[in-house]
Amino acid sequence: MRAAIIVFPGSNCDHDAYYVIQKILNKDVDFIWHKEGSLANYDFILVPGGFSYGDYLRAGAIARFSPIMEEVIQCAKRGIPVMGICNGFQILIESGLLPGALINNKDVKFLSQNVTLKVASTNSIFTQNLAIGQKLDMPIAHRQGNFFASDDVIKKLQDDDHIAFTYDNNPNGSMGNIAGIFNRNRNVLGMMPHPERAAESILGSSDGLAIFESLVENM
Amino acid sequence: MRAKIYIRYKDGILDPQGTTVCHALNSMGFDAINDVSVGKFIEMNFTDISKEEAERLTDESCRKLLSNPNTESYKFEIVED
Repeated sequence: MRAAIIVFPGSNCDHDAYYVIQKILNKDVDFIWHKEGSLANYDFILVPGGFSYGDYLRAGAIARFSPIMEEVIQCAKRGIPVMGICNGFQILIESGLLPGALINNKDVKFLSQNVTLKVASTNSIFTQNLAIGQKLDMPIAHRQGNFFASDDVIKKLQDDDHIAFTYDNNPNGSMGNIAGIFNRNRNVLGMMPHPERAAESILGSSDGLAIFESLVENM
Repeated sequence: MRAKIYIRYKDGILDPQGTTVCHALNSMGFDAINDVSVGKFIEMNFTDISKEEAERLTDESCRKLLSNPNTESYKFEIVED
């Protein structure tokens, strides 16, 4: 596996993801600056967390028009696995790769805390090694993580088994307790919690590593 | 020529900021206020183009970048200085 981590001005979890892929999974990984480079030689693309463009206008709204995003969209359409974490999830939603919207948390606060997730679907390379209902502890750190979509879209996500993770104790008001979702082909995963920041026990939890391991084993 | 753009959450979308501001106003004694919506106001200046072209550009800007059609509605006016 050769992974690309997209770097925008304001990305700040890019190094965490790099560390997990290189040092823990022993896989090749490169940073790709959003204005240059090509994604032709990569078989996994990670859009990391942070505050791209200062979250101006709406989180992810401006990064979505960065030159690299057109290529990310094309890769996703070709079936290359793409994972967006936190701000990366917001960018994937703004780019139309995932449905819905991420609006202000219900208490209008930036939430930085550990949460417990439940695995809602194992029908993807990201979650194939996990079990339905399995609990995963990892941090969240966001202000706009409140997943919103029309009732039709929520029902379709549920009916099509496109909800990847739910919150055990919904911290931000997300509809259906949704913490992460897949696209139609299940090769794109977006999630607000940070598995890359919970990949070693010294950090308090290594539960996030299971998602990366599942991806590597099932690609 | 300028565009004045108003963006707000669509009805039915949770607007916690508006709710908080409404509570604050009520606690100040402004009891007659029962709903507050907090949105965005954006102004854009144009080079020398027609009003029709300015309207078209503004609408496209709102649809593609300035608003999120899933959650926000927008309206605008074109003002000739």
